[in-house]
Amino acid sequence: MDKIFRVNMTDLTTKIEEVPAAWAGLGGRSLTSTIVAAEVPPTCHALSAENKLVFAPGLLTGTPAANSGRLSAGAKSPLTGGIKESNAGGTAAQMLAKLGIKALIIEGAPKGDAWYNLAVGVNGVTISEEKELLGLGNFAVIDAVEARLGKKTGVLTIGPAGELKMTAANISVKDPDSKIRSHGRGGLGAVMGSKQIKFISIDGEGAPGVKIADPDKFKTAARAFSKAILEHPVSGEGLPTYGTNVLVNILNEAGGLPTRNFTTGQFEAHDKISGETMYDTIVARGGKPKHGCHAGCIIQCSQVYHDKDGKYVTSGFEYETIWGLGADCCIDNLDDIARADNLMDDIGIDSIETAVMFGVAMEAGILNWGDSKEMLRLLTDEIGKGTALGRILGGGAGSVGRTYGVTRVPVVKNQAIPAYDPRSVKGIGVTYATSTMGADHTSGYTIATNILNVGGYVDPLKKDGQVELSRNLQIATAAVDSTGMCIFVAFPALDIPECLPALIDMINARFGIALTGDDVTNLGKYVLKTEREFNQKAGLSNVHDRLPDFFKNEPVAPHNAVWDFTDEELDEFWNF
Amino acid sequence: MQITLKLFATFRNGRFKVAEQELAEGTEVRAVVLSLGLTEEEIGIVMLNGRHGELDSKLAHGDTLSLFPLVGGG
Repeated sequence: MDKIFRVNMTDLTTKIEEVPAAWAGLGGRSLTSTIVAAEVPPTCHALSAENKLVFAPGLLTGTPAANSGRLSAGAKSPLTGGIKESNAGGTAAQMLAKLGIKALIIEGAPKGDAWYNLAVGVNGVTISEEKELLGLGNFAVIDAVEARLGKKTGVLTIGPAGELKMTAANISVKDPDSKIRSHGRGGLGAVMGSKQIKFISIDGEGAPGVKIADPDKFKTAARAFSKAILEHPVSGEGLPTYGTNVLVNILNEAGGLPTRNFTTGQFEAHDKISGETMYDTIVARGGKPKHGCHAGCIIQCSQVYHDKDGKYVTSGFEYETIWGLGADCCIDNLDDIARADNLMDDIGIDSIETAVMFGVAMEAGILNWGDSKEMLRLLTDEIGKGTALGRILGGGAGSVGRTYGVTRVPVVKNQAIPAYDPRSVKGIGVTYATSTMGADHTSGYTIATNILNVGGYVDPLKKDGQVELSRNLQIATAAVDSTGMCIFVAFPALDIPECLPALIDMINARFGIALTGDDVTNLGKYVLKTEREFNQKAGLSNVHDRLPDFFKNEPVAPHNAVWDFTDEELDEFWNF
Repeated sequence: MQITLKLFATFRNGRFKVAEQELAEGTEVRAVVLSLGLTEEEIGIVMLNGRHGELDSKLAHGDTLSLFPLVGGG
């Protein structure tokens, strides 16, 4: 039976608890958000002992279901001041699920200066003092933990940014190639740093595995689900070939590719950083255009990117990072962007927050537009070393804007706006404004319907239907984030009628229950309302569900679009 | 009339990225698609001057037509 593993860093004790009945039907985001809402005082300082860091695999994680290996991490966010769930691939989620761990809750904070590591295994959690790996980057930590404990060990780790409690710090998860996936957004690495935990190792030895109540029913549903993923042109062909970066050219054509710190919607050098160019480059240099972030991923949107000499530079190289450093900072050199991606993974800092931050830093005059060499130096010598400037940069876009008096600062609830201009793609603007997470494209990905013709079509330049579109997608996404599924299963789920019922059948077969489509929708609504209630108690109200003024006042080329939603129209989002 | 035709993702294989095309006044997007050896089913996104278009949208002098297979990411 699944258990709750609880670690108290104040008195350095650990416990294994039964799962309360109210939590039995929850997993992933629905569980981390429920636990944070129930146990963390909303007004606490996010870096204080009162905050808790919760990890939870999804409802289907650890089963043979395709693309179910995502891990949710939750806490009060030091970046937004609200609730945070950030999910990532890698090997940890499936190991935790197979160990029968429904959630790992880390609470309290050490009284002294000592740092620790946690070792999670079938018998519980062991806390040990850690001296050797302090100050090291994430790649070195993963290598060292594998040398100590074996190649199969799962690793969750923070880099220097997390140790220094920078609000853009992330938590890294070892992937199947001993490289890195990240719980990127919201500064969860700083929360782990505030608990003085450098890394968590996971030992899968003796894991009982995940029991499936009705194996035959599960097998049938799992087959239908995989078939839908492989049949859909986006998840079955587009993503595996070009990765997420195929979007550079599409958003550029649509005039929604934020460029030069969101001053225009098209980037002249878009083709140099596009998915098409990236694919050709990877193939020519002997890298891998296809790669899965976790075992059982059949979409394989990740990749391995090599340099001119055929040597590894980075993997998991995403559209948002490439857009941010590329178009938004006017850097047209994909190799330098790849090096920056690797450095951000190693330092342990969110590549979206940091890329948008560099756009603001360029506007502030800290470095010149397009100066990739200085960008790499700032990452290595300032952020990576925690200098005074590095700490300002490591605080994200809002931090740099405040410190340098910049008014064009693309953030909502102090979290950087990613990759799609809300003036020319209005649905995503509603998501940025209303998401409980701060600006977050993954919380209700209207790009599918506004730009990609998936799940119907809603004109991106008009206001009609956008609030409803964002609401429906945010509700569905909160439910999907609870299953442990990769969000890209939404592409087939929106278009192929057999897909969503198969997903629900798998959950039913796993637990021996009888959820309906309505139950799943209600789960999504419950998650959003629970998160919003926490945010309201933390001091975030509907006036925080707004985009920065410059989106209203500065039309964006080529469509000269402005953000024209009234406050009342945005507040309609919560009318459910 | 002259238009600019841009192709993306797999549509570039064995074709081109961007080309100027001389067409009869009022040609529909569908005719351009078929002239490339593509089928209607293969077309994911049609963009005409940065806005979404249809297969039966009529082209005008100076237009930029962009064709994408159904792809996505994020």
